[in-house]
Amino acid sequence: MIQLPSFLIISAIVFTLGIFTILYKKNAVGILMGVELILNSVNLNFIAFAKYVDVGINGQLVAIFIIILAASEAAIALAIILSLYRERATIDVTLVDEMKD
Amino acid sequence: MIQIALFIWLLPLAAFVINIFIGKRLPRKGDWVSIAAIGASLVLSSILLFRVITGYNPDFSLHASLHWINLGGFKLDMGFYIDNLAVIMVTMVSLVSFLIHVYSIGYMDGDPLYNRFYAYLSLFSFSMLGLVLWDNLFGIYMMWELVGICSYLLIGFYFTKDSAANAGKKAFIVNRIGDFGFLIGLLVVFNFLGTFNLIDIQQDIGRGLLSGGWLTAAGILLFAGAVGKSAQFPLHVWLPDAMEGPTPVSALIHAATMVAAGVYLMARLSFMLSFDAMMVVAFIGGFTALFAATIAITQNDIKRVLAYSTISQLGYMIMAMGVGAYTAGFFHLITHAMFKAGLFLGSGSVIHAVSHSMKKIGMEGDPNDIRNMGGFKNKMPITHWTFVIYALAISGIPFFSGFLSKDAILGGTLAFAMSQSNPVYYLLPIFGFVAAIITAFYMFRLIIKTFYGKPQLKKLYEHVHESPLTMTVPMMTLAFLCLYFIYTLPSLGPVGAENGWLMHLIQKPFSAVAVQLGRPVYGITPQAEHFAHVNGLIISIVFALTGIVLAFAFYFWKTINVEKFTEKIKPLYTLSLNKYYFDEIYGATFVKGLLVWNQILAWFDQNVIDGLVNLAGRVMRVFSVFDGLFDQYVVDGLVNAVADITLGFGRGIRKIQTGQIQNYILGALLGMVLIIILTMI
Amino acid sequence: MGLISLTTFFPVLGIVIILFISKKNLLAIKMVSIVFSFVPLVIASYMWLHYKYPMTGIDLESQFQFVEHFAWIPAFHIDYFVGLDGLSFPMFWLTTLLSFISLVASWNISKAQKGYFALFLLLETSMLGVFVSLDFFLFYVFWELMLLPMYFLIGIWGGPRREYAAIKFFLYTLAGSVLMLLVMLALYFNVKDPVTGSHTFNMLHMMHKSNQSAWLTTFDVRLWLYIALFIGFAIKVPIFPFHTWLPDAHVEAPTAVSVILAGILLKMGTYGLLRISYPIFPDIAKYTSYALAIFGVINILYGAFVAMAQKDLKKMVAYSSVSHMGFVLLGMAVFTTAGINGAVFQMFSHGLITAMLFLLVGVIYDRAHHREIAGFGGLGVRMPVYMGIASLAFFAAMGLPGMTGFIAEVMVFIGAFSVYRVLTIIAAFGIVITAAYMLWTMQRVFLGKLNPKYEHITDINGRELFTLIPLGALTIFFGIYPLPVLNMIKVPLNYLITLIH
Repeated sequence: MIQLPSFLIISAIVFTLGIFTILYKKNAVGILMGVELILNSVNLNFIAFAKYVDVGINGQLVAIFIIILAASEAAIALAIILSLYRERATIDVTLVDEMKD
Repeated sequence: MIQIALFIWLLPLAAFVINIFIGKRLPRKGDWVSIAAIGASLVLSSILLFRVITGYNPDFSLHASLHWINLGGFKLDMGFYIDNLAVIMVTMVSLVSFLIHVYSIGYMDGDPLYNRFYAYLSLFSFSMLGLVLWDNLFGIYMMWELVGICSYLLIGFYFTKDSAANAGKKAFIVNRIGDFGFLIGLLVVFNFLGTFNLIDIQQDIGRGLLSGGWLTAAGILLFAGAVGKSAQFPLHVWLPDAMEGPTPVSALIHAATMVAAGVYLMARLSFMLSFDAMMVVAFIGGFTALFAATIAITQNDIKRVLAYSTISQLGYMIMAMGVGAYTAGFFHLITHAMFKAGLFLGSGSVIHAVSHSMKKIGMEGDPNDIRNMGGFKNKMPITHWTFVIYALAISGIPFFSGFLSKDAILGGTLAFAMSQSNPVYYLLPIFGFVAAIITAFYMFRLIIKTFYGKPQLKKLYEHVHESPLTMTVPMMTLAFLCLYFIYTLPSLGPVGAENGWLMHLIQKPFSAVAVQLGRPVYGITPQAEHFAHVNGLIISIVFALTGIVLAFAFYFWKTINVEKFTEKIKPLYTLSLNKYYFDEIYGATFVKGLLVWNQILAWFDQNVIDGLVNLAGRVMRVFSVFDGLFDQYVVDGLVNAVADITLGFGRGIRKIQTGQIQNYILGALLGMVLIIILTMI
Repeated sequence: MGLISLTTFFPVLGIVIILFISKKNLLAIKMVSIVFSFVPLVIASYMWLHYKYPMTGIDLESQFQFVEHFAWIPAFHIDYFVGLDGLSFPMFWLTTLLSFISLVASWNISKAQKGYFALFLLLETSMLGVFVSLDFFLFYVFWELMLLPMYFLIGIWGGPRREYAAIKFFLYTLAGSVLMLLVMLALYFNVKDPVTGSHTFNMLHMMHKSNQSAWLTTFDVRLWLYIALFIGFAIKVPIFPFHTWLPDAHVEAPTAVSVILAGILLKMGTYGLLRISYPIFPDIAKYTSYALAIFGVINILYGAFVAMAQKDLKKMVAYSSVSHMGFVLLGMAVFTTAGINGAVFQMFSHGLITAMLFLLVGVIYDRAHHREIAGFGGLGVRMPVYMGIASLAFFAAMGLPGMTGFIAEVMVFIGAFSVYRVLTIIAAFGIVITAAYMLWTMQRVFLGKLNPKYEHITDINGRELFTLIPLGALTIFFGIYPLPVLNMIKVPLNYLITLIH
């Protein structure tokens, strides 16, 4: 029987991978993928807690909500990245520092 | 009678108001308004005089008054006090004033300010009549000031002439100095007695409410007013200059009426003069009589001779008041008014003729200068004869009015001196008698130089004419009034007026001071009186004749060479010619001193007082500069320092903000790790 | 709304209307302001007809007339409390008269007329307010309000050194006001309303010893409060040595403002002393009276001497005001019937006479464009009517009988002589000096040869005559028949004397 810690460990690994992806990728799409990884690690956690700790559908509901959110977020982010590419002909985030000032 | 007096007083005021506002637009420029008003006053006052004479009563008096100001603790009543003295004075004033109004028709003819001249004359008549009629010192003081201002306006009538403007100003200011004394005298009287009413003052002094030193002081202070107005030494300097005014004005104001107001005041106040005050009055009067006469000898301006003569004659009257010869002094006031007004009108007639003649021959010069005249008697017979009559009167020749009054004064003075133990009082009759010789001398010097001898300037002489009737009739009237019997009626004795109506009506008032002291203020022994009466008469006739003979010897027969004689007494001559340098001395001391003092104070005001204010302002400004620096570097410095620190800090912090989202996330991550570590510890 | 408020605030209504008139429509602006200053004169004259002479005023509300009394700022016990008695009424009436005349005399103001006339009306309201206020706070408000239009009137419409003069005037009077403010607050906290027991600004309550706290009854405190208040008023009078703002302000101010300044504002100083200082501190007033008399004598002589040295005609008149206000001080210092009545009558009389003098200076300045006395000469030839009226005014200022100045001065002398003999004699010498400088000035301006520069100068015109004749007529009328004014002032003043003794 697979126990709750296993899920949590997997989730933590995925989360860490996501973070590192965000930190090291210069490609905006890569960062977006990192964000997806983080969201999915959180989903994994919700499902796991729903199964083992809080019996009911609350966890699943939140997970589904996050999946929907992630989908729309990805759509918006990709649109931004697309317009960024049109504007700058690049999607390297180190070259885009307008927020600095 | 009070109503009549009220009309006498107010008619000229009405004429003044009419003339000053609409005189210009009236036919004849309104002279008839003034003349009618003063004429009516003359008629009314003659009625009063007639009633007074027929209903003979030496103690006659009428008094009516009403409240003017009543403040509870302070009351002023105003009213009329009519006695024989006032009635005679009113008649004299309105008579002389009327004659001069008439005379001015001819004299002022063609003057651009003709209507204003008549307006001023009316205002003067009003004020002078009020001065005589008021029952209280305050009212008299008010009118006193008003006649002063009329005098100012009329002296400066030809105001485009600087000398006239100066003379008017000088007259008023010198008079104000006298009035200053008058005012203080009023204050003393009111302070002790709480009233200005002459009747009340008399009673209160009798009761001893004002006595001793203060009484003497009050007398002398009030006399100071008279010194100014009657041009007594040392305030005599204004009167000769006042001759800048038109001649009718000199006759009316500066000979007959206003200058006599001082004498009138002393007559009114004779009841309150203590012995010391009387002596001050007498000596100033006596000294002035002599002093002014000595100046009159050498003057060459016809009007100035008369002006000094006026001062001298006023000195006689004042001296008479001082020695208690009250009736004689007042008598001389009346006779003097007639002959001196006449002399001025005569001189005016001469000046009128000379200045017209000068205009005709195109000659520039002073029409008043007797050195240009001579031999006018043939050209101006009426002026000549009337002038001689006036001169005989003033010199004190029997059968003329001046003899009666002057003799009375001299006799009174002599009697007074003889009754006193101290021989210093003999100075008073000596002043009087010496002045009498000199008076006769300078009057006939004037007549000889003007009317007799050879004409000095032939061309000028040719065009001299007798004056018109409007001028000669008043002169003849006044000459008639210089005859002795006018004053001695009903008796016709030429040597004394004791039995005449005038001296009968004017009785010496009861001295309140004597009541207070319980004894007479001074004594006159009957022997002295008798001796003075008889001998004074002889001495004064002899002296007057001596003066006349001397004048003829010097100027007509030329038995004495004038030039050689003046050479011998050169220093005295120069002193007299220059009026003892009084104008110069006053100019150099008081006038100059005042102006310098003003400059000093103005400097003080501008530089010290205002300087202090500005200094305070400047100190504030200097302080504000320091305050500004402090503000800029310390207060504002602190504020800026806070800002700078914030800015610097911000600059440091800002480096963290890269705009790279990864950096932020890294920061967030590290922060999270840190928190976790911290919670673990 | 009572008659006093109507009179006082009527000019404000005029301001409102003027604000709606186009600034190009000069005639309308002038006419509105003249009408709105004439109506208060009419109301004030009407009030004079209905004045009840025997009422004393001074320290009892029931003895005041035309009283309006209601709460204004209840939190601080400040009331709108106005009323008139014999002391204030002559000044109240004079204010309405002189304001009207000054506005007529302002006809030729050549710049920013709209502002000028509006400010002038504001000035009138504030001056009237000072004379009617019986609440100390209200008094202070009006007193300060007066400075504002005055500052601008001098500072904008004045002569070449107008800014200096305006600032000097403003700061000087403000310095006095500060002291007054302190005294006012000290009184406020130490006086109890006898009815409610709270603090009060009511002047009449302050005058009763029973309402004063123990601290306020100590001698030293009273002395210092009196002195502080005195300085505040002394600056306004102005008493030597606080007088130097006056010549500057006068020389720079336009004619009409000078008229108000000398005719009304100076009187506020002495009015304040009589209205506030004397009844609240009668003991101290008596204690310091000798000093006040000395100040009076200094003012009389010093003003006269300095006036004589002036070269500027307006400055001469300004210093003559200093001299004439000395008579008021001397009369006030003696607490005798004649003295104090003479002093208040002199306030009224000087208001008329000095107004005439300043208007006359204005007339000549409009024609010659300078005021150098030595630069005129012989003007009597070309301006006979002007010379006539000027002579009247100068004679009045010299204290000639038949005019108000004479009665006032003689009453002051009579009153003062019984108390301070030597001082009065010294002061009386002022009449000689006054005659000297007045006549000397007249001579230099009017007499002598005509200065060829003024060959074509025109005589006084109808509008100028219109401003001068009422003043001249009143000077003579009250000089011969002073009872209407004297009867009014004597009741409260005699009562005031009994308070002090």
